[in-house]
Amino acid sequence: MAESTTAIALDRPRSPRRPAARRSNFELYSWLFMRISGLALVVLVLGHLFIMNILDGGVHRINFAFVAGRWSSPFWQFWDLLMLWLAQLHGGNGLRTIIDDYARKGSTRFWLKMLLYVSMAVILVLGTLVIFTFDPNI
Amino acid sequence: MTTTASPPTGAGNVRRGGTLYFGDPGMWSWVLHRITGVLTFFFLFVHVLDTALVRVSPSTYDEVIASYKTPLVNLLEVGLVGAVLYHALNGLRVMLVDFWSKGPRYQRQMLWGIVVIWLLVMIPGTYFMLERTISELFGGA
Repeated sequence: MAESTTAIALDRPRSPRRPAARRSNFELYSWLFMRISGLALVVLVLGHLFIMNILDGGVHRINFAFVAGRWSSPFWQFWDLLMLWLAQLHGGNGLRTIIDDYARKGSTRFWLKMLLYVSMAVILVLGTLVIFTFDPNI
Repeated sequence: MTTTASPPTGAGNVRRGGTLYFGDPGMWSWVLHRITGVLTFFFLFVHVLDTALVRVSPSTYDEVIASYKTPLVNLLEVGLVGAVLYHALNGLRVMLVDFWSKGPRYQRQMLWGIVVIWLLVMIPGTYFMLERTISELFGGA
């Protein structure tokens, strides 16, 4: 970047002595993650919705035996695990952005995000555990 | 910036205090993207919890899943699929705007494109999702 190094007194946002601690590429990576995960989720989620809701009788054929049949295949286990993680992180990051956009008070932001992160952790741990510990002979 | 063959409505874009964006279909596509995203996220929360019932017992899972087959929830599923499909298609449009050199120029045409694709998928999709519920409700077929 060809930034002027002459000693001009710049206003606050462009001041060269901005605190270094605030500079991070997190938002760039989260922006990129939304696009990469989004692309994968288009296939994973639309495939899931098509199979579960539209194909061959849709939701009416879903029961425990149906789930047991699907999760007997490592392919669908991996599909669901990847979909769970990507959807939860993609959606969680989207909600984080929305909280930052609309919550005005610092404390409201903080507690809404805490609620978000706790619920994300609960869903990720629970979902992962269910996929890995599923027992068709329960 | 050179203005290439823009739609005749181009000049009409500058309105409401001279902004290009406010009230434009592009803004509404963004509003809808947020709403459908939040709704899907909340559904995902419930959906992981109901699926977790497979670890409780087959009968508990089947009882809860039976509620997904009731007419009202069945209709909500059509709404969910519609919301997710819009979010997916518009997400692809956002990616094309971001990464395709001609994306920003064709963002409006792409918006109408996804509306058309959405309708082409949702019309038969709704039929297949509601077919059984409707035939059971009205005793036909």
